[in-house]
Amino acid sequence: MANATYQREVINQAGFDMLNLCISQLKKAKEAFVNHDSDLAEEVMNIENRVNALDLKIEKDCEKFIALYNPVAIDLRFVMAIRKINYDLERIADHAYGISKYVVDVDRKIPDNLISAVDFEKMFDTILAMFDNISDAFENKNAKSARKVFKKDKILDEINVQSFFVIEKEIKNDNSTIAEALLLFSVVKKLERVGDHIKNVAEEIIFYIDAEVLKHSRKK
Amino acid sequence: MAKQIAIRMEIKIEEHLPMDKIVDKSLKKIPTIEVNDAKVWYGDFMAIKGIDMTIKRNTVTAFIGPSGCGKSTFLRLFNRMNDYVDGFKMEGKIKVNDRNIYKDKVHVEELRKEIGMVFQKPNPFPKSIFENVAYGLKIQGITDKKLIADRVEKALKQADLWEEVKDNLKKSALALSGGQQQRLCIARTLAVEPSIILMDEPTSALDPISTSKIEELIFELKEKYTIVIVTHNMQQASRISDYTAFFYLGELIEYDKTKKIFTNPEKQQTENYITGRFG
Repeated sequence: MANATYQREVINQAGFDMLNLCISQLKKAKEAFVNHDSDLAEEVMNIENRVNALDLKIEKDCEKFIALYNPVAIDLRFVMAIRKINYDLERIADHAYGISKYVVDVDRKIPDNLISAVDFEKMFDTILAMFDNISDAFENKNAKSARKVFKKDKILDEINVQSFFVIEKEIKNDNSTIAEALLLFSVVKKLERVGDHIKNVAEEIIFYIDAEVLKHSRKK
Repeated sequence: MAKQIAIRMEIKIEEHLPMDKIVDKSLKKIPTIEVNDAKVWYGDFMAIKGIDMTIKRNTVTAFIGPSGCGKSTFLRLFNRMNDYVDGFKMEGKIKVNDRNIYKDKVHVEELRKEIGMVFQKPNPFPKSIFENVAYGLKIQGITDKKLIADRVEKALKQADLWEEVKDNLKKSALALSGGQQQRLCIARTLAVEPSIILMDEPTSALDPISTSKIEELIFELKEKYTIVIVTHNMQQASRISDYTAFFYLGELIEYDKTKKIFTNPEKQQTENYITGRFG
């Protein structure tokens, strides 16, 4: 079983690498978007290949672990959870790629007043705090940290809902920034989806550690 | 030595329980096996340290645990196979089909008709295939040749061996493959129509295909029988059993539905064992 323990640790480390890579991608994408830095945006788009490669490696390692070691109990929950976590992290990285692609494809800087009007920074800070929670949960097998994510996701949902009205108002006030406003609205939507993926990751970590299924549950 | 004699005295044959008792419909709601505070010693060594357990009718229950944990000793309590082991002493109550089997007035041979047993290594008699299966019936005093032939055929069919041997029933059982011999032993057990079948590592000497056949057979047999199986193969326990009991150092650490044991066991010791972290 020593080999199985080692293989599990390999998957665990790859999962942690994937998490850190996705956080880094999203941070860079946000910086590129806010500062209209197309070089940084291109860097994010190039690194997407690494994300995809890591995604495939984790998938393959999980398959191998299931096929060769017949995991049960916490080992089974771990490998089931990590596959889903990997999927959600890869989707988060896709959103970082999508935001970066806007920066490269659309040659417009989003006005600062629009960014502050939709509480964009608060939204992103909340996402970073959620990442901190799942990093701690993942690294220290701390389900309590994972549970903190759910409340924070509600903040993102609220900002997302409000952003519609804020942007509508901004467009009415100044229709010269319609394209920028719609672009920002689209990025806000992507960040709201990122929040949902982080929430999914938290649910999987809780399933892995506490064997509790929270998916589609209101008890969060 | 005095204790040993005392135990042996209890095994005196004084009462014959009719076979129809076990198919009594009123028993259907009663657990097949109920164990209360069972303790076993071999001389000064305490092998079973006070176990309570209820085994439901028509289920497959797997006993798992490291070597020497007491699972085989515990299994063998159910048909009194430990009685003649040197230094064996037992306390507690074991009810099989609502009857305390360690009370006196229990006919051990009758008990073993109710509770068949299959061992690790196939152990056919050096007789023909037919005679192996018919043996138990003849011991019971059944002489009706047609009845015996019918029961042999039925048992071989139940054991999924009939199609392979029906044209060679007079052939020596020792000429069969290991997997076939084990299914023959199961047929021999089924022929006397027990209600419970105990299996002590029944596939550990078999190849994967024979193992798979025995596992399928166990799955089919649970409709009519209660099966208790000792196994060292975790995947086998998870594949075939409804309930799993984990034993360690003579104690029952955890006993629950197999799905629960293999996905989210309550006890850390169980988790460590089934995930291969100790044992």
